[in-house]
Parts: sequence; structure tokens; C-alpha cells
Amino acid sequence: MADAQVWTYVLVLLSFGLYIGIAIWSRASSTKEFYVAGGGVSPLANGMATAADWMSAASFISMAGIISFAGYDGSVYLMGWTGGYVLLALLLAPYLRKFGKFTVPDFIGERYYSKTARIVAVFCALIVSFTYVAGQMRGVGIVFSRYLEVDIETGVILGMVIVLFYAVLGGMKGITYTQVAQYCVLIFAFMVPAIFISIQMTGNPIPQLGMGDTLSDGSGTYLLDKLDGLSTELGFAAYTDGSKSIADVFAITLALMAGTAGLPHVIVRFFTVKRVRDARKSAGLALLFIAILYTTAPAVAVFARTNLIETVSGEEYDNMPQWFKNWEATGLISHTDKNGDGKIQYVADAKTNELTVDRDIMVLANPEIANLPAWVIGLIAAGGLAAALSTAAGLLLVISSSVSHDLIKNVLKPDLTEKGELWAARISAAGAVIVAGYFGINPPGFVAAVVALAFGLAAASFFPAIILGIFYKKMNSSGAIAGMLAGISLMLFYMAKFKLGWIGELPSKEEWWFGISPEGFGTIAMLVNFVVALLVNRFTEEVPKEVQDMVENIRIPSGVGQAVEH
Amino acid sequence: MNLGKHRKSKAYWKENLKYLCILLLIWFAVSYGAGILFKDALNSIRIGGFKLGFWFAQQGAIYVFVVLIFVYVYLMNKLDAKYGYDEE
Repeated sequence: MADAQVWTYVLVLLSFGLYIGIAIWSRASSTKEFYVAGGGVSPLANGMATAADWMSAASFISMAGIISFAGYDGSVYLMGWTGGYVLLALLLAPYLRKFGKFTVPDFIGERYYSKTARIVAVFCALIVSFTYVAGQMRGVGIVFSRYLEVDIETGVILGMVIVLFYAVLGGMKGITYTQVAQYCVLIFAFMVPAIFISIQMTGNPIPQLGMGDTLSDGSGTYLLDKLDGLSTELGFAAYTDGSKSIADVFAITLALMAGTAGLPHVIVRFFTVKRVRDARKSAGLALLFIAILYTTAPAVAVFARTNLIETVSGEEYDNMPQWFKNWEATGLISHTDKNGDGKIQYVADAKTNELTVDRDIMVLANPEIANLPAWVIGLIAAGGLAAALSTAAGLLLVISSSVSHDLIKNVLKPDLTEKGELWAARISAAGAVIVAGYFGINPPGFVAAVVALAFGLAAASFFPAIILGIFYKKMNSSGAIAGMLAGISLMLFYMAKFKLGWIGELPSKEEWWFGISPEGFGTIAMLVNFVVALLVNRFTEEVPKEVQDMVENIRIPSGVGQAVEH
Repeated sequence: MNLGKHRKSKAYWKENLKYLCILLLIWFAVSYGAGILFKDALNSIRIGGFKLGFWFAQQGAIYVFVVLIFVYVYLMNKLDAKYGYDEE
């Protein structure tokens, strides 16, 4: 363990030094550089930055673990968090890039020719981004505390200082180039152990193929068949089957896809490239870079699950390997010998099950479970931090630009100078870091529960307003505002009632509307947003001619240059 | 002149929408179709160790998504050139 800790310090410090170096090199000197990195980022760099922006601590640390316990049901995350990029590339990114400007509320405010619409959009962007960013800061703290044995508070504060440094100094420009570096760190850190384990278990160096290969023990059994067998034997659902209803799987996947496409910190990345065709291309590259991790994660899930069951099930507790003891000390894995036979019973039935395993362990402890060298363990820590910091920085920028650009410059104080706005942006970024850090240290009990719902909120608010804004030029302001408010309030209500239990007692699953879980309810709220928007639109004002002309203009890719000028 | 320009942009938009419909149909078919609605039926077919429906849900759909975006990039670059919208 000491060896691993030295490696962890070395790799984490090296990567932090890299990020700070990049931040100093890429300071922002204008609001355009602060908000959209000057608008001249190459598609390749933007693709990598988007991938890092997008893949959070949850993607890196938790996703493979979630899948390994959920089996087929985990597919909702795999498809949902990648399929959204198809929507983004085809329906949003090119047109928003042509529109130019700096933020998502910018688009909503101008397309719907209304300050109210802009303020509603700012409000939605802040709710979505804050729920999400608190989770990231918490992730930073957890990684620090597990690998470097500092307490979570110190970890969060260290993370805050780093993010503060490059987000406040460099704005989008600093964030973009640090995200490129962070992508490289995180993907390397994720792939190395995955490849090692794939070779160990199946002899196949490509995890995506190893997952469907035969075991390397010479038995000729396929890995997935073996895992299905092990799972059903212990009373779990077969790994490849799952237990959620089809309607719920459908709804969750759709909510995650539309939410992905509607997340402001992802959308804003497409404002940073030069031309419309670059926006399309960088969406493709971003998904390619994301897909490398997202097709490896289900393989890691299968390897880790099989490894875990084979190592613990029915074995003597005293014979457990060292990693079991190490992680038992952190409380992430625990064993109570209920029947007193000295062996570990790991079964689906809660009454006789003796083992509880935190899902995060599947990625965090993977290198130890597979007996990989100490430097791989250090790599996982650096990768997890890269994933959390890159996402946190992107979110903080959305929060700061919503405040400085959309609220202060466009609503409260339109005569603010360029220099004044840049300062306002820096101060709000610093303020946002401090608030995020506070929630990271003192997480309100509901943060973890609602992070996953940020997608539902984005799907229920932004997605319909932007889609209608581009594809339906007669969509008016009253309709869009009514739709956004209806969508987000319905989603907030459903969360409060069925996830947080704030309204009366927490109802049971049987009472879910249409059998749809809170995670999938974004789909329903999104449909409600569409219907309300279109209905109100029918009975209210005609869209002004110049706005209709603007919509026709953003549909044509050429002439981006003029659109950016203010 | 102005009217011609208007007609040109209308025709461009129509072709764009046609591409979108076809590509989104495939997007829907591989994820919601093969990966969710028809998963159980497809699971009776196997490729190596993978049941096909499961493979679509955890691997195949993602590969198709990536290809779809690059096909779209290719088609739109060609369309831009056809309508003269590619000058910068």
C-alpha cells in the first residue's frame, strides 16, 4: 500500500502541475475568450474537451460499478449518455453554433425575444448546474480521502483551489485546454486496468471483445454465460436479463438522452469552434472519445462482477485476500457472519446475505483485485480527479456566465463595459466555486439523490424550448415560457414527491405514474413541456417577422462570422 | 434574387430534414428497438458469447451512434457544397 501511495502522490501532483501550467499559458483577456475560448478551438481539441467535460466522477468511478450490479438494467446509462450526442449533433449543435453568442439563456432570450424567457432559462441552468456540480466536488473529496488519506474536507478544498485557479484565470479558454489534458489522463487511467484484466480473464486484450469471449481457463465457457449462471445460482436476476420494466427502461433512456442534449455545459462547448461544420465534426469526435470509455465500462462491469463473486462467494472469511481487508477498513465492503459458519454468503435474499459492497469499489479496487502493479492504482486516483475536476470546471463556467452575462449584463446593468463584465465573470466564477465547495463538504442529504435527476430537469426544461426554437419558426415566447415552466415544475414536483419524500410520505413504487421511476420521469415532463408549449402557442401572439428571419438564418450554415459580432 | 435565395434555403432545409429523419430512425431502431423493445426476441440469436439484444444495449447501439454522426457530417458537408454554403 505504501508503494501505491507514493505513486498516487507522484501522478496526482504531476497531473495537477500540468493543469496549472496550461492555465497560466491560456489566460483569458476578453469576455469572448472567457465565455467561448475566443471561438477558434479546433474540432479535435473541442471533441476531447467535450468528452472530459461530459464524463464526470460518476462516469469514471461509479458507472461500471452500477452496471455490474444492475446487469442489463445498467444499459440505460450506456445508451442514454451516448445517444444524446446523436441528438446534440443532428438537432442542436450546428444551429446553436450558427446562432453564435455565448450561453444557452442567450439563445432562449433572443429566440423568444423576451427577458422573461432569458430569466427562466437562467433559473433552469442554475438549478441543473448546481445539482450537478456539488456531486463533482464531493467526488474530488472522496478520491482524495481514499487514496491520499487526507479527510474529505481537505480534499474538497484542494480541488476547489485548483479549479478556482484555472477557471477564474482562464475562463473557457483555460478550461478547454486543461480538459484536453484531463481527457488524456482519464482515458489512459481507465483503459490500462481494463486491458490488463481482460487479458487475465479471457486472454483477449480488447475489453469490448473480451466481454463476449470464452474464459482463459480452457473450459470453453463464455464469460457472460458463466456470469449469468453464477448470478441466478445466488438468486440474482440473470446478468443479461435485468429486472426493470420495459416502459421504465425506455423512459429513463429517453430522459437521459434528451437531458444530455439539453445540458448547458455541454451545449456551450459547441460555441467554441469556428464554423458550423466544425461543430458537427466535434460532436462526432466527442462521442467517439466518450464511446471508448462507455464501451469499456460494461466490460469492466462483467469482469469485476465475476471476479467478486468467484473470490468471495462461499469462501472462508479468514482466507480473504489483502484488498478485501484494505477496503473493509474504508467501509466500502463489509461482512457480517449471520449464520456463524465463518464463510461469506453473498446472495440476493437480504435475510441471509452477509456481504454489502459499495458499487464504487468495482473501479476503485479493480487494480488490487486483479493484482496490478502499484502505479496503476495511482493512475486510477489521477484519472478520477481528472474526471471530476474537468466536469466541475465546465459547470462552474455555465454558472458564472449565467450570472455575469445573462443576469448582470443583459438584464440588470446593460451599460456594463467589456472589462467590467470580465471582472463580473471572474467574481461569479469564484463565488460559484465557493458555493460548490460548501456543498461538497456539507452535502445536503438529497444531493446524491438528485444528481441523476439533473438530466430529467434539463430534458424537461431546455430540450423542448431549443428544439422548437430551431425547427418550428412560428413557436412564440408565451408558449416556450409556459412549456419550460410546466416541464421543470412538474419534474421538481415528481422528484420532491417520489424521490425525496418531501410531500407526505415517500410513496411506494406501485404508485409511480405510468410505472415510471423518478429517473425516467424527465421523459413525461418533457412531453408535457412540448404539449403545453404548442397549445399555448396556438392561442397567443404571432412571432415577429425578424425573429422568424433569424430562425431561417440559423438553419443556413454559412456566414458564421457575422453572427458572432455583437 | 432575394426570392431565389429564399427558395434555395428552403430546398436545403428540406434535404437536411430528410437526412435527419432517416438517421434518427436508425438511432431509434438500434437503441429503443434492438436494445429495449425487441431485446428478448433478439436474445435468442447469439454472436460469440453475446446475446444479440444485450449486445445492442451495451455495445452495438453506441458503435452505431458514433457512425451515425460521422455519416451526418459527411452528408451535410456534401449538401453544403451543393448549395454553395461551404464558403468561409
